[in-house]
Amino acid sequence: MSAVGAGQLEQVRVRAGAAVVAPRKKPFDWHALAVHALLMACIAVIAFPLYYAFVISTQNLQEVVQRPPLLLPSSHLVENYAAAWKKVNFGRMMFNSLVMAVTVAVGKIAISMLSAFAIVYFNFRGRMVCFWMIFITLMLPVPVRLVSTYEVIGTLGWLNTYQGLTVPLMASATATFLFRQFYLTIPNEMVEAAQLDGAGPMRFLWAFLLPLSWANIAALFVVLFIFGWNQYLWPLMITNTEAMRTVVIGLEGLIPRSGTELPTWNLIMAGAVMALLPPVAIIIFMQRWFVKGLVESEK
Amino acid sequence: MKRTVFKSWWLPYLLVLPQVAVTIVFFFWPAFKSLQLSLFRVSPFGDRMTFVGLDNFTKLLADPEYYQSVVNSFIFSTGVTVLSVAAALFAAALATQRIRGLTAYRTLLLWPYGIAPAVAGIIFLFIFHPAYGVLPYFLSFVTSYEFNWLLKGWVALTLVIAATAWAHIGYNVAFFIAGLLAIPASVIEAASVDGAGPIRRFTAITFPLVSPITFYLVVLNMVFAFFESFGVIDAVTKGGPGQATEIMVYKLYKDGFIGLNLGSSGAQSVILMVIVIVLTMLQFRYAERKVTYS
Repeated sequence: MSAVGAGQLEQVRVRAGAAVVAPRKKPFDWHALAVHALLMACIAVIAFPLYYAFVISTQNLQEVVQRPPLLLPSSHLVENYAAAWKKVNFGRMMFNSLVMAVTVAVGKIAISMLSAFAIVYFNFRGRMVCFWMIFITLMLPVPVRLVSTYEVIGTLGWLNTYQGLTVPLMASATATFLFRQFYLTIPNEMVEAAQLDGAGPMRFLWAFLLPLSWANIAALFVVLFIFGWNQYLWPLMITNTEAMRTVVIGLEGLIPRSGTELPTWNLIMAGAVMALLPPVAIIIFMQRWFVKGLVESEK
Repeated sequence: MKRTVFKSWWLPYLLVLPQVAVTIVFFFWPAFKSLQLSLFRVSPFGDRMTFVGLDNFTKLLADPEYYQSVVNSFIFSTGVTVLSVAAALFAAALATQRIRGLTAYRTLLLWPYGIAPAVAGIIFLFIFHPAYGVLPYFLSFVTSYEFNWLLKGWVALTLVIAATAWAHIGYNVAFFIAGLLAIPASVIEAASVDGAGPIRRFTAITFPLVSPITFYLVVLNMVFAFFESFGVIDAVTKGGPGQATEIMVYKLYKDGFIGLNLGSSGAQSVILMVIVIVLTMLQFRYAERKVTYS
């Protein structure tokens, strides 16, 4: 349908609507009811695995294995979470995950802001080379350079260190592109005004660009925090001591692989809930930033 | 557009230095080493390297186990993508209707993105648990088929696909909601004045309008399933039973990192590089509006 046609119809509709608006009682909205019902069904399906994990994490082992399965929470929440916490040194692992997530997020944002600033506000030899180098990192995810990257980290002596966990993940094409796009929307007059005031480039970045960038920074931080927290292959390769494990890989330590030990599924589920709580809470409480960061930073 | 620029011969280099240094040391150099390794045979102690040309590749392609991991990767990624994208489109189409409580509904659809694939895998592991899991229990009323992922490859594959798709659904929902909200309301209203019902409106108008996003998401989900889903395999099935859930990245990890077969792992890296380059090019081809090359 052409845009003109749609516009005319819209006008007809508005006029027709205006004529009947006042006295009639609104008919029952079956459409809305159906949408509510379907949405609730979707959410029930999506939420079920988490609900189930939570329920299991509150039961004792007898309730866990009982048939038919008990799908309601029981009363052992505190003891299970405390036991899981102690069994694999959860405090340390949560701390490591937090350090990794925050450092990777802040590092990615900082170095991306600086390189986008250089690419947009300076003319220098090799500018496009830098741009394309950053772009090509998109095509080199960890798995395609697995063994060689491990060797580099070994040579640097960075195995089992926080710098080994974080620094190599800090290059970010997506964050650089986001800042680049954002800087390009800032009117030229602003730079000119700043230059007239005698502000140099670093002062312009600090006093003008940074305050304007907070929305982008917050959005990126949420997405990158989740990215950092949920890393698996990288910490698995770089760390092999219990003191340096992150929670997502350490969780596996709760699952016995030998046949002799009975798996304590209630503790495993308690661990899973604790491991997923920080990133999920961030999405729920910072939903607006999360959606902005996800949709806008994705290339 | 000509932009006002600052003048300095050294400052821009200093500004790009951190990013470029990380890029060279941890991306380009290792990638170059992988390319190099793929053409050599390394002695077991890593002290001698013999140039063997394309030997590593021909060996790999003649290896039925490698072939199987390629097939597994495609089944896995296609399964994750179809399941996750279709479910997200359905949910997002509902969550952009004009009803009350949309903010709460959207939050409740988005949160699974916070769950790491490995953690999702562990939760699904218990849901599928042959003795205690809730799914085999309910299936036992319907069929006497033994729904045991430890024994049956396709059940294990279903498990990892379901867990990965679940963890990725919030991501797709976010994109679809953004895309659906960008459709002008007048277009949909015009169709409804023309007498089109909700389903017809969706298939005739909404879906064609979001199909670029759908394609884009299909590519992104393939990349995610190929390269970011290692955790779910490692935490849950370790590639088993047999070789049923051994995807290419897991095989690379097993051969290169555990088995220390450096030549073969180099060749596997190069093949994965080709796949990711093709997928990235597809992604940018259809998302040009998002990146403007200056």
